[in-house]
Amino acid sequence: MQLPDPETLLSEITTKIKNNITANTAIVGIHSGGVWIMERVLANIDQTLPYGTLDAALYRDDYAQRGLKRSTQPANIPFDVQNKDIILIDDIFYTGRTTRAAINELFDYGRPASITLAVLINRGGAELPIAPQIVGATILITPTQNFKLSQSEQGTLALALENSQDANHV
Amino acid sequence: MYNPQLTNDGKLKHLLSIEGLPKHILTHIMDTAETFVGVAERDVKKVPLLRGKTVCNIFFENSTRTRTTFEIAAKRLSADVINLNVSTSSQSKGEAIIDTVNNLIAMHADMFVVRHSQSGAAHLIAQHVPNNISVINAGDGRHSHPTQGLLDVFTIRRHKPEMHNLRIAIVGDILHSRVARSEIHALTTLGVPEIRVIAPKTLLPKEVEKLGVHVYHDMNAGLKDVDVVMMLRLQNERMSGAMLPSTQEFFKTYGLTPEKLALARADAIVMHPGPMNRGVEIDSRVADGTQAVILPQVTYGIAIRMATMAILGGGVA
Repeated sequence: MQLPDPETLLSEITTKIKNNITANTAIVGIHSGGVWIMERVLANIDQTLPYGTLDAALYRDDYAQRGLKRSTQPANIPFDVQNKDIILIDDIFYTGRTTRAAINELFDYGRPASITLAVLINRGGAELPIAPQIVGATILITPTQNFKLSQSEQGTLALALENSQDANHV
Repeated sequence: MYNPQLTNDGKLKHLLSIEGLPKHILTHIMDTAETFVGVAERDVKKVPLLRGKTVCNIFFENSTRTRTTFEIAAKRLSADVINLNVSTSSQSKGEAIIDTVNNLIAMHADMFVVRHSQSGAAHLIAQHVPNNISVINAGDGRHSHPTQGLLDVFTIRRHKPEMHNLRIAIVGDILHSRVARSEIHALTTLGVPEIRVIAPKTLLPKEVEKLGVHVYHDMNAGLKDVDVVMMLRLQNERMSGAMLPSTQEFFKTYGLTPEKLALARADAIVMHPGPMNRGVEIDSRVADGTQAVILPQVTYGIAIRMATMAILGGGVA
């Protein structure tokens, strides 16, 4: 399969995010890939927006089966969530469970006016009535396959397709 | 070596003592605690991890402070909390520990937080409970108080992240302190190069040097150039006979005054596990001074207890 260049996808979603910015917009990245993308988006728009990061680990629905992952990152939401138009950024959209957890976490900071989900890739396979509004590309892959986004020291994004025995829900 | 705290594949199953826990588990608990520090500053001070679980605080020995912090921690994880002060309940009717525990198991508790005046009580309970229940030791006799040890180390790491460069002094009643033993084990495991204990001979356990610490009887010499001063509470209630001439005499020799603190490094932090005996082991000017991190210790203690429960309460992948 010919994989798209994640840098191209990034500039596409950056343009779409720009068009969505309101007077009350704040941006939130989900660890780790969503935070990398958020940092690049913020660097490429010519205005300052409130932003934050979260790791939805404390809200995940697989805690009872899997426990806490080892590298849970602290959430950092330094702005008031109340009445904000939040653009939530993740790298790959799959089951929708991470998004569900992130939405729940955001609501524990306040009541946002709206939440828009932006992702680099929608890989198909949603298990919940949740879908991203801003998408770089839709590429359907099977449950044994997995997109892995990585970041170089300079911040450049790279994309790989992995095959695994275990259908990991990331 | 069999370690009742760990599962066969090395994951934390119970938290009974810091002895025997590898560095990566101590680090995992502290890293997880970092994610909980911010929870208390949010609109909703709760996360849903332990929703529907029941945490049972079984206190065979009274300790309102410790019980309260465990209770807050469990509630911030959305657990239901039952507090049992067994000293005032069926133990006085002669019920054995295991019978008390069996009753709570029959009530479908998911986690036990145990405090007992006898060393090994939490171990005994951990060996008895079925596989789906985790036990946290909240202090057993003079033996161990692992969450207190962890919160102290976590406090140090937050203020002085370069742990492999630190010189730390633990001052006061080492003999009766279960905190000191837990701390020494944790600090050694995390690679702190120099740990000093400062105390009169009568308040030091025999062969304390075997724990890998440097012993000082003179406070002025012991405090010289340290980065962290950890004061201990003088445990009057655990003392029998004439271990001390008087508390005034103790303060004169081992009480932390601003003058003595000036011997430590200028950016040294001062810790105390509480409750403080002001004017016995610590001067109020130090306790309320800018170098004290005694109240942050309390805040971090909640995060450490939340982290411990969150790690123990989750499924094992």
